[in-house]
Amino acid sequence: MKYMLLIYATAAENPAETTPNGDFEAWMAYDKSVREAGIYVSGEALADLTTATSVRVDAEGRRAVTDGPFVEAREILGGYYVIDVPDLDAALDWAARCPGSWEGGQVVVRPVADFGQG
Amino acid sequence: MDERGDRFAESVAAVFREEHGLLLASLVHRFGDLDLAEDVASEAIEAALRHWPVDGVPARPGAWLLTTARRRAVDRLRRDKAYAARLAIVQAEADRAGPAPPADGVGGLPDERLRLFFTCAHPALPAEDRGALTLRCLAGLTTPEVARAYLVPPATMAQRIVRAKRKIREARIPFRVPGVDELPERLPGVLQVVYSIFTEGYAASSGPRLQRLDLAEEAIRLGRILRRLLPAQREVAGLLALMLLTHARRDARTAGDGAPVLLDEQDRGRWDRAMIEEGEALVVTALTGGPPGPYGVEAAIAALHDQAPDVAATDWPQVVALYDVLLALAPSPVVALNRAVAVAMRDGPDAGLRLLDALAGEPRLRGYAPYPLARAELLRRLGRHPEAEAAYREALALAGTDPERAHIRRRLALLTRTPGQEP
Repeated sequence: MKYMLLIYATAAENPAETTPNGDFEAWMAYDKSVREAGIYVSGEALADLTTATSVRVDAEGRRAVTDGPFVEAREILGGYYVIDVPDLDAALDWAARCPGSWEGGQVVVRPVADFGQG
Repeated sequence: MDERGDRFAESVAAVFREEHGLLLASLVHRFGDLDLAEDVASEAIEAALRHWPVDGVPARPGAWLLTTARRRAVDRLRRDKAYAARLAIVQAEADRAGPAPPADGVGGLPDERLRLFFTCAHPALPAEDRGALTLRCLAGLTTPEVARAYLVPPATMAQRIVRAKRKIREARIPFRVPGVDELPERLPGVLQVVYSIFTEGYAASSGPRLQRLDLAEEAIRLGRILRRLLPAQREVAGLLALMLLTHARRDARTAGDGAPVLLDEQDRGRWDRAMIEEGEALVVTALTGGPPGPYGVEAAIAALHDQAPDVAATDWPQVVALYDVLLALAPSPVVALNRAVAVAMRDGPDAGLRLLDALAGEPRLRGYAPYPLARAELLRRLGRHPEAEAAYREALALAGTDPERAHIRRRLALLTRTPGQEP
């Protein structure tokens, strides 16, 4: 079963300064262990929030492009992993080992919707 | 159905309630799906109600029910290939997850209930639904019964149970017993669910009735099952001991009009001695062979109260010492409040009041009626009646049940009859 681990960091005063928890070595070690366990499906780290742009298309097809959003964001999505593990307990274990869940950070675990035959 | 048939149905229903948790857990383990397990479990009991009056009750009713339910499940899976394919994957993964626990032998079924306990108490489920799910799956209560127990409309409870089961299925919360290394983290959650069912039954937080005895008894029944399943876990013994030693006072705890009777006014002759003895033996188990856990220590405190002929003769120094241990294990302002009351009994109301006043800033005690009530009692004993009256009125405003309010009003009335001294 596939789960997405959404890695959130608590927003700093200046969104540009919000960084994920854990040092570089901890992230490298975690990434290595996810891949070596054979559960890695995909994963990316996101560039900082000041580079984010939002798009909305209204009923007439007009495109509205805005900077952000970051004013209202208290927790900022910094990256994700998709892993394939047998059950939620296993997914929660991997979330707990992720440096993003330490020191006031948070990892939200969401099952990936399955629209297949099963 | 005639009268004889009705009686038969009742006795079968009683058997089934006992067997239900075992049956359900076994089916969930086999098929990996709670809904399917519940459906075929009820189909099996319906079949039993039809066949047993005619053919007689089989030698091993549990095995009969399981075989019947399994056949129904297999039939259903043959009809629904896609469903079967999904469950096959789940099952293959469950088998990978680890070996089954040893068979218990109750009704001849292997006892898989421990898995179900951990699933129903899973931290990924909403806290308020864990107790309901445990009562439904392991105590064999129907949804309307669970709804009645929690004083919510049946439709609301049904919705909550459906939502919780949906999360179990779709987020794939496993039916598994955590490994030895995870147990210290996960077992307290299971114990908490059982204890919350007990306290919900013991002191309703709102409404006209103070006690709901059947819920407390269900919790004790669940505690006994857990104790059989985890005989080496001393905190399980501690939890069961705590529930028994508290429940032993049930008859003395409320007056005829439903008003609560405090420990110092209870008729101790009405305490259930057999239940106290059972609890005491479990306290010894809970506190022997390793560092104590919070349930074991709380049970030991309850045992000291149960052993004392009256309040004055209670071993208060020992009670205070146990509260010290409890505070170190599980710091909480409520425990600190109880400790302060015990210190007042040991060293006098002055000492207790000083400790209580030091807790004044605790956010968890704000809006908690027992806090001003404890202060009021000590102030009254010190003869500081105007302050006591103010504290009683504060407690009165915060009390959640009618019997509690009636009790506080009586204490308040007592004040005006005994002369006080101005501070």
